[in-house]
Amino acid sequence: MNTRKIKKEVLVERTFHGVFYLAAILCIISLLVIGGFILYQGYPAFAKVGVVSFLTGTVWQPLAGIFGIAPMIVASILVTIGSLIIGIPIGLMTAIFIAELAEKRVSSIFMRAVELLAGIPSVVYGFFTLMTIVPLIDKFWGGGGNSMLAAIFVLGIMILPTIITVSANALRAVPESYREGSLALGENKLMTIFRVVVPCAKSGIFAAIVLGIGRSIGETMAVMLVAGNTVQMPHSILDRVRTLTANAAFEMGYASGIHVNALFATAVVLLFFIIVLNVVLTIINRRGRENL
Amino acid sequence: MNMKKTKGLVVLVAMILVLSFTLVGCGTNQSSNPMASPSATTKTTSEKKVELIGSTSVTPLAQDLADTYGKNTGVKVDIQGVGSTPGIQAAIKGTCDIGMSSRNLEGDETKAGLTQYQIATDGIAVIINPANKVKGLTMDQLTQIFTGKVKNWKEVGGDDEPILLVSREAGSGTRTAFEELTKTSQKTSDGKTLSLVDAAAPIIANGNGSVKSNVATKKGAIGYMSLGMVDDTVKKVTVDGIEPTTTTASDGTYKLSRPFLLLTNGEATGEAKNFIDYILSADGQAIVEKNGYIKVK
Repeated sequence: MNTRKIKKEVLVERTFHGVFYLAAILCIISLLVIGGFILYQGYPAFAKVGVVSFLTGTVWQPLAGIFGIAPMIVASILVTIGSLIIGIPIGLMTAIFIAELAEKRVSSIFMRAVELLAGIPSVVYGFFTLMTIVPLIDKFWGGGGNSMLAAIFVLGIMILPTIITVSANALRAVPESYREGSLALGENKLMTIFRVVVPCAKSGIFAAIVLGIGRSIGETMAVMLVAGNTVQMPHSILDRVRTLTANAAFEMGYASGIHVNALFATAVVLLFFIIVLNVVLTIINRRGRENL
Repeated sequence: MNMKKTKGLVVLVAMILVLSFTLVGCGTNQSSNPMASPSATTKTTSEKKVELIGSTSVTPLAQDLADTYGKNTGVKVDIQGVGSTPGIQAAIKGTCDIGMSSRNLEGDETKAGLTQYQIATDGIAVIINPANKVKGLTMDQLTQIFTGKVKNWKEVGGDDEPILLVSREAGSGTRTAFEELTKTSQKTSDGKTLSLVDAAAPIIANGNGSVKSNVATKKGAIGYMSLGMVDDTVKKVTVDGIEPTTTTASDGTYKLSRPFLLLTNGEATGEAKNFIDYILSADGQAIVEKNGYIKVK
């Protein structure tokens, strides 16, 4: 064979490896740079205000130098949990319907509808909720309608496409032989789904949930439009709340000095939540796989 | 032969992408808060342009002035309504030609070397839902309502309906001016301003338009907004018996008013100066009046 030709092909392959490696490295570098920058900018706020005082303080008045984000942490957590209560059952059941129960044509229509839902911008979701759900809440319970309930509703709908598409794909990836084996042993279709297919697709479903949580905790625009944005500790689901993300969005435009650091410190808190979330779910996942 | 061409293309595209990302990363070397100064596009020497950034209250007036000025002179005027405080910051940092503010400068802002040009005076209207039968409030009642001490409309002569407060985001000039005039804010020991309205848990709306739509659609709502932007969807109340109009705001009988300021870093020069001169001329001030604001000459 031609030595020059071989050398050239080896070179091309090595270049390819290099390029893909670079792309992958870029992802890790981005993560480290962003994380590092946030920590670097957020640290002065923690130092000046005190970590405990910052995290448990209930008053947020940046122009007077008072920084306490406890109400917003609680708001973000509660709104996320609420959206999951809506999103996980509906999302999972839809995914099971699409992947297991519906016939092929119906299934593809539904899947396409879900993908369309995923493409709608968050502002549109927020605006829709503001125009329909918020007045409805006002009509039944008063108080204006802007509330944690409205935020939970809009986020619940927004995380559905994510949960559905990833879960449906996970369910579809379960080998047909598993289902056939279960049915051959005498199980009916429903039991097969719940005792064989879903447990087998568990890691994919967990991934779907993690993505859903990520989207929910990070959503800013839609929540800002419907949650009322009052900085207060919520005592009922109808109270107005301000999430961590909405807070940063309101104020980053004009903040200066220690105020900027405080907003980056809220980003640190958000980052912390996401990391803890990922770790916890990885542990659950791993343990689940062992038991399988 | 075809495979090799495709491979080559992919490598080329990948290289370009990687290089461009690296350059972007090296290029961003801004001060600690690049976001605080909403960026204005760079001027080209051939195209004449003026960039204004600031108060949402001043924006509609500035836009009307800009349209007429643009038609007369061909100069393009860009307006961004993001709030008085961001506008003042942008003027200080020099990221726009002119900053717009709907309140007076305070604290460190007065020492930042800004030149102020007052182009109009605007009243702050206190608005309620059209279904609300209350006609007027005293200044004292306003203070009580906005600090949460009075919680129901029946305490001020209305129906038995809980009061729903609508306020603005912290950087709003309208909010700062309103709180100062109604004594719903306090100065702390180190010169900073502490708002007393937050403790009353108001709905926080983002801009005059949002306040208006909140008050228009919610029965027990009360809010404050730029007088020049009020329309039929909401109802204005009298304050201490005085009707909010441009006349009463300009002669001082209606107490809630504030200046519209244009701010430049140092004296205004070039196209910015031309635009400001136009606004302060008879033609410009006629437009101010036409829009429902009070002229300064």
